[in-house]
Amino acid sequence: MQITEEMIRKITNEVMAQLRAQELQAKSDSPLAGKDRINEKRTDYSGYPRAKKGTDPKEVVIGVGAAFQREIKRTICGIPLEEVLQNVKAGIEEEGMVPRVVKILDTSDVCFMALEAAKLSGSGIGIGIQSKGTTVIHQKDLYPLSNLELFPQAPLMTLETYRGIGKNAGKYVKGEQVVPIPCTNDPMSRPKYQVKAALMHIAETEQLDPKTGIIEWEG
Amino acid sequence: MKRAKRFEILDKRPVNLDGYIAEWPEKGFVAMKSPYDPAPSVCVENGRIVELDGKKREDFDFIDQFIADYAINVEQAEQSMKISSLELARRIVDINVTRAEILKIVSGITPAKMAEVINYLNVVELMMGMQKMRARKVPGNQAHITNLKDDPVQIAADAAEGALRGFAEEETTMGVARYAPLSAMALLIGSQAGRPGVLTQCSAEEATELELGIRGLTTYAETLSVYGTEKVFIDGDDTPYSKAFLNSAYASRGLKVRFTSGSGSEVLMGNSEKKSMLYLECRCLFMTKGAGSQGIQNGSVSCIGVTGAVPAGIREVLSENLVAALLGLECASSNDQSFSNSDMRRTARTMLEFLPGTDFIFSGYAAEPNYDNMFAGSNFDAEDFDDYNVLQRDMQVDGGLRPVKEEDVIRVRNKAARAVQAVFRYLGLSPVTDEQVERVTYAHGSKDTPARDVTADLMAAEDVLKRGITGLDVVKALYESGFEDLADSVLNMLKQRVAGDYMQTAAILDSGFHVLSGVNTPNDYMGPGTGYRVEGERWEEIKNIPHMIDPRDI
Repeated sequence: MQITEEMIRKITNEVMAQLRAQELQAKSDSPLAGKDRINEKRTDYSGYPRAKKGTDPKEVVIGVGAAFQREIKRTICGIPLEEVLQNVKAGIEEEGMVPRVVKILDTSDVCFMALEAAKLSGSGIGIGIQSKGTTVIHQKDLYPLSNLELFPQAPLMTLETYRGIGKNAGKYVKGEQVVPIPCTNDPMSRPKYQVKAALMHIAETEQLDPKTGIIEWEG
Repeated sequence: MKRAKRFEILDKRPVNLDGYIAEWPEKGFVAMKSPYDPAPSVCVENGRIVELDGKKREDFDFIDQFIADYAINVEQAEQSMKISSLELARRIVDINVTRAEILKIVSGITPAKMAEVINYLNVVELMMGMQKMRARKVPGNQAHITNLKDDPVQIAADAAEGALRGFAEEETTMGVARYAPLSAMALLIGSQAGRPGVLTQCSAEEATELELGIRGLTTYAETLSVYGTEKVFIDGDDTPYSKAFLNSAYASRGLKVRFTSGSGSEVLMGNSEKKSMLYLECRCLFMTKGAGSQGIQNGSVSCIGVTGAVPAGIREVLSENLVAALLGLECASSNDQSFSNSDMRRTARTMLEFLPGTDFIFSGYAAEPNYDNMFAGSNFDAEDFDDYNVLQRDMQVDGGLRPVKEEDVIRVRNKAARAVQAVFRYLGLSPVTDEQVERVTYAHGSKDTPARDVTADLMAAEDVLKRGITGLDVVKALYESGFEDLADSVLNMLKQRVAGDYMQTAAILDSGFHVLSGVNTPNDYMGPGTGYRVEGERWEEIKNIPHMIDPRDI
């Protein structure tokens, strides 16, 4: 094996980078400096049943985030995810429709999550919910970055909003004239929540397992 | 633990409502310098860059390739890269080295070199650099004009008031996206009622925004976003090449346009490749230059909650602005997103751009109360107007605004509202009642105005698109409705598209529609006694605030 100048440089650079990382960790205030993940392990869902495409025209599929109810148990403003799910499902049922919950392991982008849920749904209407609480109502034949309703400010969500989302999704299935849930705006949510949002998104994204794809999730 | 009373009080201070985080370079939570940032290097063979910042051409991602092919002056590269980063940093603050000399050297450096140079500058030196490197001689300011109801009449009135207060550009956006054609039209009319020559844009989905521009319902565009890592670009269904193409589409129709970037976006989207925010932003700015854009809106922008949370985050924000100026780009320097619960902290953050002056200190300033700001809140809003005017007066600094008289504001707001009423009537769009004109004229925000018929408005908005209504139809409607002066102003704004002079770097228009840009009014600062000074008529204007004590009243 021939040792070239370039190889030496590459090796030196790598060693230097490692040393710098170790050094940084030693003197850093961050409990995670030097590490690539928030949770050491990725939960293994390979044994879970894969989600199937539904045939019931009354069905609304709810696609939840990869860390939902496991690594993350509450939304960004502290609402237990179990109650979020209960309320969305109750809203759907109040309109006489049928909810089904799947867990999306191939994307953490809420628009794509919602679209995948919609494509699995017997009615073509789906809801995507990230573990931090951000939610989208989608329809199977819309563009990914388009949607029926988007709730971008997760810190402003309440259980009533989640119930309303379930109800509106049910109404879209029935083809009714739907009044979108009104916009809310809090100019001070960014300074308080943006870092937390970034961390929760990292925690969700590191749980992705595209090989397993989408699983049935009766949480 | 028994709590100390002082700590209990400190814990409740607004500054402790903000989010903070320790550096974590592996996930990009690091402002100025990551241990994983590459070392600067360049290698040119046969007039082509074959190595960039430690990477061989065959290992380039599409961002490296775009930068190597379009953003670096190959003839200058090896010579510029030989200058030590410390030496280059010193020349940036040296009053004896001209802006032109710096621009020439910088044209040949790489993104990693740029980040290294900037790391030698503290905030005061960054401000000194900005004072010299800003493109246009006189600083400017931009407003956000929005409201929770997407009420076009309020947009027009707030635009008129904003223009009167001194904003050179005004930007709107919507809560309900389908309102866009009405928002753009109202902003165009209202801005000219406040001060002829103000530029306007409507931030919307890219295809809609382009169409509104082509039709002459807006006079510039800003929302062409670029990102510092390939993965984030791909997630947004984009590449540097597609952005360059969109840029050309605007240019082909004679419209002013700038790109948008800003640190923290890659962190928020979870793909920072372990690099510092500054290095990634350097890549964005090199791409912007390579795509042929005249300018950029940057300074973390909507991700300021992330950049502001890490150590030296605010130093990094000013650094980004300076990098834009060093590349010869117009810089609209953010300050446009709510960033802190602490009045002290949010003001200090803005001083870094306010004191040296940038092409647009805010991009933009909420010219409505923040509850109506549909960009999720700006760093300063309509309730801060007088604070801002006093800051200009205290420090003898031109922040782009001026004190105004209540009667003048009422007059222009009313005129703008009536003009929109007349144009909507002439074009057969959704009706505007006299009561609405009256309430909007005197309103502070949308809490003071009557509700619009949203269904009728949305049908009218769709109609504008279907019928192919253009800026010329607006001119005609204004003229036929007795608003000849506004018709003349809007026509003059459309003429800019044909002349094209306002596509030059950092262009704004004065009240006579003359272009003031980095080309015909370049920044010529070279230390004390040179460059732009606040004096003469402009100083008299700034001095003359309301609420002064009259000695005769004592």
